[in-house]
Amino acid sequence: MFPTPIEKASPSARRLYKIALPIALVLWLLPLIAVALTSIRSAGDITAGNYWGWPTSFNLLENYTAVFTNSPIGQYILNSFKVTIPTVIGAVALSCMTGFALGVYRFKANMLVFFMFVAGNFVPFQILMVPVRDLTLSMGIYNTTMGLALFHIAFQTGFCTLFMRNFIRALPHELIEAARVEGVSEIQIFWHVVMPLMKPAIAALSVLIFTFIWNDYFWATVLTQGADTQPVTAGLYSLNGQWVASWHLVSAGSIVAALPPVLMFFAMQKHFIAGLTLGAVK
Amino acid sequence: MRAYWKANQLKLAPWLFLLPGILMFLMYVIIPIFQSLNVSFYAWDGLGEKEFVGMSNYVELMDDEAFYTSLKNNLIWLVLYMLAIPAGLFVALFLNQTVRGIRIYKSLFFFPFVISQVVVGLVFAWFYDPNYGLLNILINALGFDSIAVLADERFVTYGIIVAGLWPQTAYCMILYLTGLNAVDPEQIEAARLDNAKGWRMLWYVILPQLKPATFIAIVVTVIGALRSFDLISIMTDGGPWGSSRVLAFYMYEQAFSEYGFRMGYGAAIAVVLFAIMMVYITGFLYKMYRDERGR
Repeated sequence: MFPTPIEKASPSARRLYKIALPIALVLWLLPLIAVALTSIRSAGDITAGNYWGWPTSFNLLENYTAVFTNSPIGQYILNSFKVTIPTVIGAVALSCMTGFALGVYRFKANMLVFFMFVAGNFVPFQILMVPVRDLTLSMGIYNTTMGLALFHIAFQTGFCTLFMRNFIRALPHELIEAARVEGVSEIQIFWHVVMPLMKPAIAALSVLIFTFIWNDYFWATVLTQGADTQPVTAGLYSLNGQWVASWHLVSAGSIVAALPPVLMFFAMQKHFIAGLTLGAVK
Repeated sequence: MRAYWKANQLKLAPWLFLLPGILMFLMYVIIPIFQSLNVSFYAWDGLGEKEFVGMSNYVELMDDEAFYTSLKNNLIWLVLYMLAIPAGLFVALFLNQTVRGIRIYKSLFFFPFVISQVVVGLVFAWFYDPNYGLLNILINALGFDSIAVLADERFVTYGIIVAGLWPQTAYCMILYLTGLNAVDPEQIEAARLDNAKGWRMLWYVILPQLKPATFIAIVVTVIGALRSFDLISIMTDGGPWGSSRVLAFYMYEQAFSEYGFRMGYGAAIAVVLFAIMMVYITGFLYKMYRDERGR
């Protein structure tokens, strides 16, 4: 192991490490801790400029209730789910199929199709912005959660295909060969042989895409407007404009907006990291 | 029909599986790239008739001060964003221990990456606030005057980059933590017997084994730097006086915002950004192609 395990170091170094660890963590998360603290302060504290001192009163319930009753944040969150969940399902379903096709079969255009997905996945959003907005408008789904979700499904298919294809490449090919010899059809091989083995990849990809899409801000501003359709990232931006100097509300809103992906991350941590670091070790 | 399918199953099946994915991807990603290229030769407000103007959008770019500011800021982003890589490695080395509770520490350090850039932007805008932001409280405590980081042309881009480095460092950290897990312990033992320690060990033994992690870290950091949009939009809206714009943001501003709907001009900016990105994409594909061949 590198660096040298701390158990082998001197007792004083060990103690130092154990003290340094929480201090480093607090410093690292200081901006977030500040937000969390501010979200339970009273309006009085904010106007008095008491941002860093001890709160004069704890307004946890008041502030969070105020966020939900004085702003459409509930609707924003609902919109976020309406965009995120279909995207996760759609992109994962499409890429299971594309990944299977590119991972299992040898055919001439295989590499070309694969590279198309990989290259497309890295493209700057701005080169897509004008035509995608036009396309969405002409399909009559501009300013709908479905219009936004459809684009996300298509775009995420690039990354998901890369992921799935590499995962399937690493599966034992003998299984598929054996099934073929038995006369199992290709569709059945996909469904009954390969799909069950893809569960960890599906889990990893789902958490990852959930977080990416939940946190998307750019496309939300391009393809939706107004509280009826905008997801919470774009919503937070407009709330920030309305709540000038009401930092206790902005903070509470930020925390509410950040919560779903954070919970998702903690619940599915192993899958999340497995997905993120695919290819980082080989 | 059935017989045909039976006979040609192996040839047809991959295309059947690819069809929905390819269609969606073509429609929303590949074709729009070419449409944007095309639009960049027109003057268009997004609603009325398109008017063909040839290269004039690009000619105009050549003389556009704001374009150069954005390009320069993009370069600053690219260079400084790279700091996330050594910073991530440093944090990963610090956390690569097996003391009690270290797993929770690792996930909490990773935290900034999970939350939205909108939230990161709000948090940092507040951190920099000249009146009550923590930064200025610290600066004042040291006896200096307050700095309005986000309202000062000299500092604004750097201020936003620091905000961006926070989640990006967390990302690189997790890549390196996973990489460190896979480092061959026998090689380390062998190197220890040869008296390799500290920096020399890191440089000659560990880093070469972390190459895959470093490669991915570079890829995601470059892409992240060139995609910077959210933080700028949230923290400064390109200001003060457009001094914190990058190409991605300037394009958006030109194509649709209160400054008018100049789709053609915006598309031309996007094409420039795309060309820069293409250099990296080509490099990435080339490496991938070599790896695939080697297999």
